[in-house]
Amino acid sequence: MVHAAEGDVPEGIDLFIPPWYDIFWSAVMFVALFWIFWKFVLPNMKKALAARSEGIEQKLEQAEVERSEAQALLAQYREQLAEARADAAQIRADAQSERQSIVAEARTEAQEAAAAVTERAEVQLSAEADRVRNVLSRDVGRLATELAEKIVGETLDEQKVNATVERFISDLETVAADGETVAADGQETR
Amino acid sequence: MAGKLPRASIPTEKTLSALTTTTYLAAEDDGFHAPSLVDFFPPAILFEDTIFEFNRVNLVQLIMTIAVASFFIIAFRNPKIVPRGIQNLGELAVNFVQVQIIDTIMGASGRRYLPYMVTLFFFILAMNIAGVIPFLNLAGTSVVAIPMMLAVLAWVVFNAAGIRKHGFGSYMKSNLFPPGVPKLIYVLLTPIEFLSTFILRPITLTIRLLANMMAGHLMLVLFFSGANYLLLDADTVLKPFGLGAVAMGFFITAFEILVAVLQAYIFTLLTALYIAGAESESH
Repeated sequence: MVHAAEGDVPEGIDLFIPPWYDIFWSAVMFVALFWIFWKFVLPNMKKALAARSEGIEQKLEQAEVERSEAQALLAQYREQLAEARADAAQIRADAQSERQSIVAEARTEAQEAAAAVTERAEVQLSAEADRVRNVLSRDVGRLATELAEKIVGETLDEQKVNATVERFISDLETVAADGETVAADGQETR
Repeated sequence: MAGKLPRASIPTEKTLSALTTTTYLAAEDDGFHAPSLVDFFPPAILFEDTIFEFNRVNLVQLIMTIAVASFFIIAFRNPKIVPRGIQNLGELAVNFVQVQIIDTIMGASGRRYLPYMVTLFFFILAMNIAGVIPFLNLAGTSVVAIPMMLAVLAWVVFNAAGIRKHGFGSYMKSNLFPPGVPKLIYVLLTPIEFLSTFILRPITLTIRLLANMMAGHLMLVLFFSGANYLLLDADTVLKPFGLGAVAMGFFITAFEILVAVLQAYIFTLLTALYIAGAESESH
């Protein structure tokens, strides 16, 4: 330790015996550095690392939550899509059946209307036929009487003439009815 | 440097080391400053002859301590969740000690020694690296005080750790009387174990670091002052050799950077190893 003051060069084993002031300064510096690491640097670093881990964990959790939310949303959309498709199919089917019923109804109505028209026409025709027949029978009777009077030259007993005419007409009708049937047959076969 | 030479060259009868002899010879030749031990014992700057005496080596130590402290304080002054720039470097530095030394040697239980280990590593590294920093040019660990102080501290810490873990008796027993050996062998083994564990560990720690740093400085001074002499003062014929000396100086500087890191690493690693050994269940 004697060499410490003047900066003399120690020799031999003295090289390995440090002067007190050297130990003092070394210790002061080491303790100061230790204190800085212990109280400031390492706690700050630990804090930063903890915050980093926490941040990463939060981000992961958030991502997980968002992912499940997105999946739920997707499932919901799919469900809604399926529902919409089912609805569309249902509507289409409904429309189809409705159309069919409308068509059928229209057809029935048309048929009914047609039938009514036909019926009316038939009624009219038969009425016309009756009228024609009456007119004909009256005219034909009168004509026949006139003809017969001209031919015979005398007035005929009204009663007898009428009976004859009526018989004649009924014969005529029979013939006409036969002709009608034949005509109808011919129309059907054609 | 020349001003210090006369003090160092006072002839003494106990010229024990060859280095002192070199110093003596160097003083006679003004052209060439041979590396000498004088460099490690500069005169006091402040508070001469007190316990607060402060010389050039202490100044180097102080500057490096402030440099390391500033670096880490700036790096972690306002730590961010996403690190930027210097904080990255700081985290890398602390992580190196944590992963390469504590985790591999001490395991999970070593985390409580993190402040000690980190301080140890960067303190020694800073002191060592000062040896190649221009204008400092002297490692803070090239005088015995810091290596010895750190070695004694390591000795105290590893013994305290062992005694706290196992109790004094069982700690000493497991160190001095390792199991699985014939009783008679203890006559030989116990003194050896005592010597190696309690005496030689701090001494080897001290000398390994001190000698490496001293030798590094001497080599640097040798090649740089040699280059200086050969290039400026020597005969024309010798001048080309100066270039070789410059190249060697460059090579030694790179080598010294490696040694600085390596010695800091080894010192810290051995300290961790001693603590882990003292704490482990079976020795």
